Amino acid sequence: MGENKGRGWSLGLAGLLTPVTFWLGIFFVIPLLFILAYSFGTSGVYGGITLGFNPSNYLKVFDPLYLKIVGRTLLIATLNTLLCLALGYPLAYFIAFKGRRHRNALILMVMIPFWTSLLVRAYAWVVILGGNGIANKILQFLHLTDKPLNLIFTPQAVTMGLVYSYLPFMILPLYAALERFDTRLKEAAQDLGASRWHTFWRVTFPLSMPGVIAGSILVFIPSAGEFVIPDLLGGSRTVMVGNLIQQQFLNARDWAFGSALSIILAVLLIGAIMYYVRRVGTDQLEGG
Amino acid sequence: MGDSKGGPLSRGLGNLSDRALLLFTGFVYLFLYAPIFVLVFFSFNSSRSTQTWTGFSFKWYGALLQDQSVLKAFYTSLIVGVSSTVIATAIGTFTALALVRYNFRGKGFTDSIVYAATVMPEIVVGVSLLVFFVAASIPLGITTIIIAHVAFNISFVTIVVRARLSGMDRSIEEAAQDLGANPVNTFLRVTLPLILPGVMAGALLAFTLSFDDFVITFFVAGVGSSTLPLKIYSMIKFGVSPVINALSTVILVTTVIFIFGGSRIFMKKEEG
Amino acid sequence: MVYREKKLTRGRFLKVMGGGALAGSTLSVLVACQPNTSAQNSGGNGGGGSGGNSKQLNLYNWSDYVAKSTIPGFEKKYKVNVTQDFFGSNEELLAKLQAGGIGYDVIVPSDYMVAIMAKSDVIQKLDMSKIPNFKNVGQEFKKPPYDPKNEYSVPYQWGTTGILYNKKKVGKIETWDPLWDPKYRGKIAMIDDVRETLGAALYRRGYSVNTTDPKKLKEAEDELKKQKPLLRGYFASTEVRPLVVNGDVLLGHVYSGDGFTAVIDNKDLDYVIPQPAATRWTDNMAIPKGAPHADLAYKFINYLLGAKAGAALSNYTYYGTPNEAALPTIDKSLTSLPTYSPPKKVFDRLEVIQDVGKATRKYERIFTEVKSS
Repeated sequence: MGENKGRGWSLGLAGLLTPVTFWLGIFFVIPLLFILAYSFGTSGVYGGITLGFNPSNYLKVFDPLYLKIVGRTLLIATLNTLLCLALGYPLAYFIAFKGRRHRNALILMVMIPFWTSLLVRAYAWVVILGGNGIANKILQFLHLTDKPLNLIFTPQAVTMGLVYSYLPFMILPLYAALERFDTRLKEAAQDLGASRWHTFWRVTFPLSMPGVIAGSILVFIPSAGEFVIPDLLGGSRTVMVGNLIQQQFLNARDWAFGSALSIILAVLLIGAIMYYVRRVGTDQLEGG
Repeated sequence: MGDSKGGPLSRGLGNLSDRALLLFTGFVYLFLYAPIFVLVFFSFNSSRSTQTWTGFSFKWYGALLQDQSVLKAFYTSLIVGVSSTVIATAIGTFTALALVRYNFRGKGFTDSIVYAATVMPEIVVGVSLLVFFVAASIPLGITTIIIAHVAFNISFVTIVVRARLSGMDRSIEEAAQDLGANPVNTFLRVTLPLILPGVMAGALLAFTLSFDDFVITFFVAGVGSSTLPLKIYSMIKFGVSPVINALSTVILVTTVIFIFGGSRIFMKKEEG
Repeated sequence: MVYREKKLTRGRFLKVMGGGALAGSTLSVLVACQPNTSAQNSGGNGGGGSGGNSKQLNLYNWSDYVAKSTIPGFEKKYKVNVTQDFFGSNEELLAKLQAGGIGYDVIVPSDYMVAIMAKSDVIQKLDMSKIPNFKNVGQEFKKPPYDPKNEYSVPYQWGTTGILYNKKKVGKIETWDPLWDPKYRGKIAMIDDVRETLGAALYRRGYSVNTTDPKKLKEAEDELKKQKPLLRGYFASTEVRPLVVNGDVLLGHVYSGDGFTAVIDNKDLDYVIPQPAATRWTDNMAIPKGAPHADLAYKFINYLLGAKAGAALSNYTYYGTPNEAALPTIDKSLTSLPTYSPPKKVFDRLEVIQDVGKATRKYERIFTEVKSS
């Protein structure tokens, strides 16, 4: 790389790094340390917190009630990731390999929902899944049901809303990975007699692994921390960890427990990424 | 679709699977767009219902234009978006330069913090900032929102700019320095113009993320600082009326115009 | 390993941002166009921004809880700006206030929350000499149990909490029991509010809404857990209203104003104050400690206790007014509803929610558990 290491440059380096150190140090790292400290504190009845070393907030998470919520959250996030992958991969594949002239237009069409407000997109489902909403009207028209079904405010509605909101986050990195794909590799495999199916699983899919990983992480993380969509589409019945944290901070005023939950969520998610990237990622990527 | 690459082998089964793929793709696009069309459709409904069509009307657009609080929220979002984008883009660009151009002790650490800020769940960032601002007695308001947005945007800008920088040929810069240009001049005259597309891309990503952010803003908002997403949330939750549909339609149309208008200009530039 | 991890993360982000950058570049016009929009906006909406030299009042209120004319009327009269932010529950209001939501001049907490806030030292004592219109407040709203000396609060609106239901499909109801009737599985919605929802269960059992008896609370918890499978969910009262109106649910736990709004438009619906007891609540105006524009806050409070502004408020919200001077100009369609101004017999069986002290935690824990179960 040929870095310069003279004195003037160190000054330059210090100049370049000061703002980020300041900003992320004060407004990202320190706040995290604060909630770490708070998570061992004790909350007062009307809010307020006494610092100390009180592990009970963490022990509380192991209460079956809360464990269930953590488990449900991870389950919903995983399901959401898989569904996004199942819907997104064929689409990205189609745009990258069959889209040809229309590629840009097609990918732009994926981006329009991506650039539109997340809340607006969640709200669309409130309208569609309502008792007299379009979904029920269609079902009745097709005689699949004679009475309106309870579609909204169910775990299924939450999953639907999550898939809808996060699908573009899956498609874009998948497309970015597939787009760079050298089609000659595919041809070579096929010239050697591999079937299309074979070619796909042995050549195309492994090479698109970086996109799969990127997309999965971009979908999994925010959906595991989500609280808006379960709030709007779940009728406060499908509680996820995000809702629980929000409740602790804004309703129950139990900041200590809320902090402990936040720390656990962060550790779990970052742990999951590291595990996933190592497990699924390394050999595939290194192989490519 | 006369696909040249799949061509030689796509007989019989190939065509069938191509068709299935096409069908599936169509279905996914339908899934992406149907809800949006439903929203737009009911924004023209004449009654208050967002589920039963009663007739055509523009009245919810009229109501939207008269709603001062929506206009104000839009204005707040714009201020927050622009200021946090400017600050985050500057800091992020510096950080990317430092990470690409220098080897230093603690580089790995800086790197991890930058990435950690992008993968940290928003709700955790939101509550930790709330706790921090309260402890530091910084009053919640537009300032705290901007601070928070800069914090999550720095990383995104850094990553985008860094992608551009690491693919860049350094010889021009070296030439400039050999010719006696000082580092600041080299940066302004040579490096910056070269990485400008990356910087712009980072800035736009930052602006969008800021403009659309709900979760973090929800926790750090204070007096008179309701942004557009906060306003939309309270509209959905506490008083559903087709005004939200009208607002959504406006947001949507604006987005489409910008994307298509922008892509046209962008593509021309690429060709030229 | 660490190195690999990093490399991968970088790799994946480059890919991601490849997508982002593509989108970003295509959007480059966006930035060029923004200044226009903002300039237009700040021009057309001079009162909107926090800038400007004129004085400003910061109101922190429930959503959709002022008449269309309330704020413009006040702004014109005193040549000031009013900004309004919204909260979703009393607990959220307290949390935000404690979390340094400094800067608000007028807040609108409900009864028991006034007591908690006074105790937590987040609201200030009022100088009644600055609120001459306090004379308009009806006797039954003066010296309430949560603020026995009228030191901290002045009533804003009052109402009851009951059931909005579809009379045609359910038939006439009089108690809380239908909210637990398996017949209506999936057709019931409750308010997402710790005291009100636990309250409904306590009332059903014949207990006080302010009980601190762990045994009674346990019974209420069991009631709610039993009820949960029958529910569509827990919502804001304003969300419940359209659910009932659209026929998504048949029975909805709501505040009276939401009930009346629905009933007036739809003859199939009715609002009932169930037996044996129900909540009568009062929302109040209070001034937080450290309010930057306390003088304006007094003017605002006094303004709303005036006859005209008070009537406009209730004619919009459909809630009861504690303001006797406003009563004569309340819409007849509203005052003619039997549950709008309940007769003494009904009024006497209504309970006011009070601060339950240390049991607050217990209440909150129960509600969280029920919602999470």
